Amino acid sequence: MTTLIDKIDRKKKYKKVAYYPGCALEGSAQPYDKSTRAVGKELGLELVEIKDWNCCGAMEVKNIDPEIQTYLSSRVLSDAQHKSKQDVVMAPCNGCYHNLKKAEYDLENKDKSRAVTEKISKKAGHETYKSGDVETIHALDWIKFGYGEEELKAKIKGGLKGLKVASYYGCMYTRPRHIFPEKDQGGDSESTSKPHYMDDLLAIAGAENVEFPLKTACCGGAHTLSDSDMSTKLVLNILEAAEAAGAEVIATECPTCHSGLEMHQIRALKRLSKNTNVKVVYFTQLLGMAMGLSPRKVGLHANISDSVGFMKQKGIT
Amino acid sequence: MRTVAELEACVEASALTAEECLRAGEDILIHWLLAHDREPTQDTKEGFRLLALQRQGSKGDPSFNACRETCRELAYHYNLVTLEPDHKDTGSRLSMAWMLAKHLVLFVGGKLQVAELGEFCCSSKGLRLKSEAESELGI
Repeated sequence: MTTLIDKIDRKKKYKKVAYYPGCALEGSAQPYDKSTRAVGKELGLELVEIKDWNCCGAMEVKNIDPEIQTYLSSRVLSDAQHKSKQDVVMAPCNGCYHNLKKAEYDLENKDKSRAVTEKISKKAGHETYKSGDVETIHALDWIKFGYGEEELKAKIKGGLKGLKVASYYGCMYTRPRHIFPEKDQGGDSESTSKPHYMDDLLAIAGAENVEFPLKTACCGGAHTLSDSDMSTKLVLNILEAAEAAGAEVIATECPTCHSGLEMHQIRALKRLSKNTNVKVVYFTQLLGMAMGLSPRKVGLHANISDSVGFMKQKGIT
Repeated sequence: MRTVAELEACVEASALTAEECLRAGEDILIHWLLAHDREPTQDTKEGFRLLALQRQGSKGDPSFNACRETCRELAYHYNLVTLEPDHKDTGSRLSMAWMLAKHLVLFVGGKLQVAELGEFCCSSKGLRLKSEAESELGI
């Protein structure tokens, strides 16, 4: 159970955090990076980008050697601690967030992971990261606890005015459960089976959350290159389920899911002649606009899924 | 039992009854277990064989929990449709059950066909021999 002291402590701790954008937010997910920074600035939360950060190991390295992936993630944590002098790292990308959490777990529980990390860290000439030295959080935690939900209510200008939103969390934010010991703790902790932090924040911003049973289902991201048709079918099913649930917008928090939903929405139309109209928007873009930031300021025009006209029509921009 | 291709064609073709949704989900999980040399359980969990099969599939392979919530939501929607058949939302509940069954069949079926990619993002396994990777890196 979270006490008032915990809340105050987290608010202080999360006010200034190390920022780990990861590779996706420098490339295909630039609008997520832009909107995350814009929302943080608007809320007075400070981001210190980690100096000289590297890839977290993503899926590619993990599939070849999980211990090398653990080392790569540990180097990010080490840099956050020793070069950026921070003890909290915020990673908006679900893949990065997941991998940093997994590294934390492996370094705590696996001798081999510790030995490999120590050996490579020495070879690379940087401090070896020790589990427990840095806390990894998601952008959702950062806003929810670093700024506070009550305070966020006061920042909403115009808001999302009953916009029907399906919050889509994807598969990496809550799984596997054992690498997220802070979740499923009751009170205001996140649920791994029915995550709700994004729903909570968007509801504060005025959105109407729809019941969406595929909110943690796989988007087919891992199959995109090997079996694109399968990915298209999985995404199409998610888009159709969201529309059937009444959603006008799918809010995302993962760049892989977001790109997959956007690209396969177009591919489904071209290959399967299946058209869906639901818009795909990062939750930080929605929050930013609800606070009165312009669509351009949150990078809405840079999404593949064109929702600028729709947002204007809804009176949100 | 229907093949994976037949199952995929079935869930993609048209809307199913609640019973058919559940059967499709069970069948794809049975395929998964048989492909991993395991005897599919006849047990039920919380009244559903679907949930028992999913649990069996995830034993020793936590990454298989990536489809746990889809199975649970399918069981939930099955209950909604069958326990309240006259409810005003039965049509949309059934449609959602069908989409859940479709996702499960496509997802697990896809994994059966592209096994060499390794496991899920959330718990991948090494494709190369550890020793090979380690010797290349000199560790």
